[in-house]
Amino acid sequence: MRAMLKGIAASDGVACGRVYRFVEPDLSTKRRSITNLDYELNRFHQALEAAVSEVETIKTRATKNLGADSAQVFSAHIEMLQDPEFIGAVETQIKTEHINAEVALASVAKIYESRLQEQTNTYMQERVSDLHDITKRVTAHLLGVRLPDLALLKEPVVVVTHDLIPSDTVSVDSKYILGFVTDLGGRTSHSSILARSLNIPAVVGTQSATADLAEGTTVIVNGTRGSVISEPTKPELALAKQAMRDRTANMQRLATLRHHTTTSRDGVGVLLAANVGTANDIPNVLKNGAEAIGLMRTEFLYMDSEQLPTEDEQFMAYRQVIQALAPRPVVIRTLDIGGDKPLPYLKQKPEANPFLGARAIRQSLAHQNVFRSQLRALLRASAYGNLRIMFPMIATLDELRQAKAIYDDERSRLTTANVPMGKVQVGMMVEVPAAAMLADRFAQEVDFMSIGTNDLIGYTMAADRTNQDVAYLYQPYHPAILRLVDRIVTAGHAAGIPVAMCGEMAGDPIAVPLLLGMGLDEFSMGAGTILKTRQLISQLNAKELQSLVETVLNSASTSQEVVTMVQAAVPDVLNQTD
Amino acid sequence: MEKREFRVTAETGIHARPATLLVQAASKFNSEVSLQYQDKSVNLKSIMGVMSLGVGQNASITITTDGDDEADAMKAVAETLKKEGLSD
Repeated sequence: MRAMLKGIAASDGVACGRVYRFVEPDLSTKRRSITNLDYELNRFHQALEAAVSEVETIKTRATKNLGADSAQVFSAHIEMLQDPEFIGAVETQIKTEHINAEVALASVAKIYESRLQEQTNTYMQERVSDLHDITKRVTAHLLGVRLPDLALLKEPVVVVTHDLIPSDTVSVDSKYILGFVTDLGGRTSHSSILARSLNIPAVVGTQSATADLAEGTTVIVNGTRGSVISEPTKPELALAKQAMRDRTANMQRLATLRHHTTTSRDGVGVLLAANVGTANDIPNVLKNGAEAIGLMRTEFLYMDSEQLPTEDEQFMAYRQVIQALAPRPVVIRTLDIGGDKPLPYLKQKPEANPFLGARAIRQSLAHQNVFRSQLRALLRASAYGNLRIMFPMIATLDELRQAKAIYDDERSRLTTANVPMGKVQVGMMVEVPAAAMLADRFAQEVDFMSIGTNDLIGYTMAADRTNQDVAYLYQPYHPAILRLVDRIVTAGHAAGIPVAMCGEMAGDPIAVPLLLGMGLDEFSMGAGTILKTRQLISQLNAKELQSLVETVLNSASTSQEVVTMVQAAVPDVLNQTD
Repeated sequence: MEKREFRVTAETGIHARPATLLVQAASKFNSEVSLQYQDKSVNLKSIMGVMSLGVGQNASITITTDGDDEADAMKAVAETLKKEGLSD
């Protein structure tokens, strides 16, 4: 049936292709009496074999994309699927109770689950989720339904899903994804950020995509306008295909800017950098002509593991990125984790307000062994290129001084031990409004500042951007935000240090003219936006924009007024960026 | 039949990764391989059995191998324990 959906335009471009539903199928089972035991046992073994071969495929892809360590969990899954005691117990149930394999499997899985849960050891409790995974996979095969997995894609499709979480996408091969359509999420949710970094058109927050779009239907995803059409007419299809060709041509044009530096029309140079989560992002970063990495998140190393990553594991991960980018600078942010994404092995207490709780630097200062091991790994990796270390969520000078003292301490220990290290700049994220207001004082004690807009906006507007009911308050162009940003840039320059921005805002075509006018030194964004931003900046006159900034800061009262002022000041330029 | 006692030195005990490797090592042999911890004994070829024991640090475990290749099986298990830093 033809459907037209409206959603949030999350990643530019038009895509057209068949729907792949990344939605959990119905796996409910019914108890049946079995007369042909051999048939049932055989069915069970075939399902096991099919599950093993699927996990092998996923493991191979995960090993390629993430390295052998991250793929380790799949080895455990394969062992579980071949566990003689487990299989034996299911067989016994089928034989003695004459029940179908699905039900026997569920009942045995439940026994093992309670054994695992009885344990005091949290690592083993965690294995319950692995047990669920493999039980689900075998059940799906028994029921003859497909358990969707992006790692198993073999041809290009439009992925339709409820929402994406990072673990869904770690083993994805982006060449098989034409576009994304989701029920939930906003412009800054994980799905959107991923889509933009890979330059894949995406429409998020449609509410009903998974209900309305059937497997295999042809759809047109318009990520620029935020619309999805299923079963398009011939003229619509022709138009979409033309748009795809134009987009490819435009991307090829932009690709010629890859090895250029970034300079405004009047000759002001800035640095365009990329935000990355893991070393896997590097090829995409280089392909898009990043002049630096302005933010490397390190959470991934910790979240993807069952225990604290060792210093050596971290060292190797950091070195890989630093080496790949050398001599370009790489800014690595120390662990930004807390109650909202708890790590089981850190034993964090549940908090009523995780975003206002013990996260990021607060966590690091409270668990110094974790922090120190990360700093040592970073310092050792610094010998291989141009490293800058950045502390997240700094609210007070006292926190900054403590973090720096620990850094100095680790550095001097390594110096004593004759460990080779490079020169390292030490800076901070400005994302807590208190730090923004006091930026002039902080600027005296750091080598650089980087404005983390996602959190700065969230904390200033007191709104959680992932909460759909208040997502409208996430307003990067709000005059209050712009005044804070300007304040930080001015404070940095007065102290003679560079100021960067490493949030989505840094690549936003309405914000870029203002940031350039304010004198921001470094813009760090999802890799997919870099070339477009380089083109945009080359058409802007930084000097002229200073007066636009002045007008906006002095007289704008709402986000809409800001947008109107920017569009009036640089109309030709912005029209081309669509 | 061969029987050997080990003390688990790793801080995390026998968690998922080493459990997987131990099971992989044991599964290569024909012999029956079992792991005894406190009053429970499990088949070392069964990952879920090993996991359900919840062997923690300082635990004393007994490995038994029984079959035509019991000596080699014991050697492989002992090597894995050592390589994974689980035991001395």
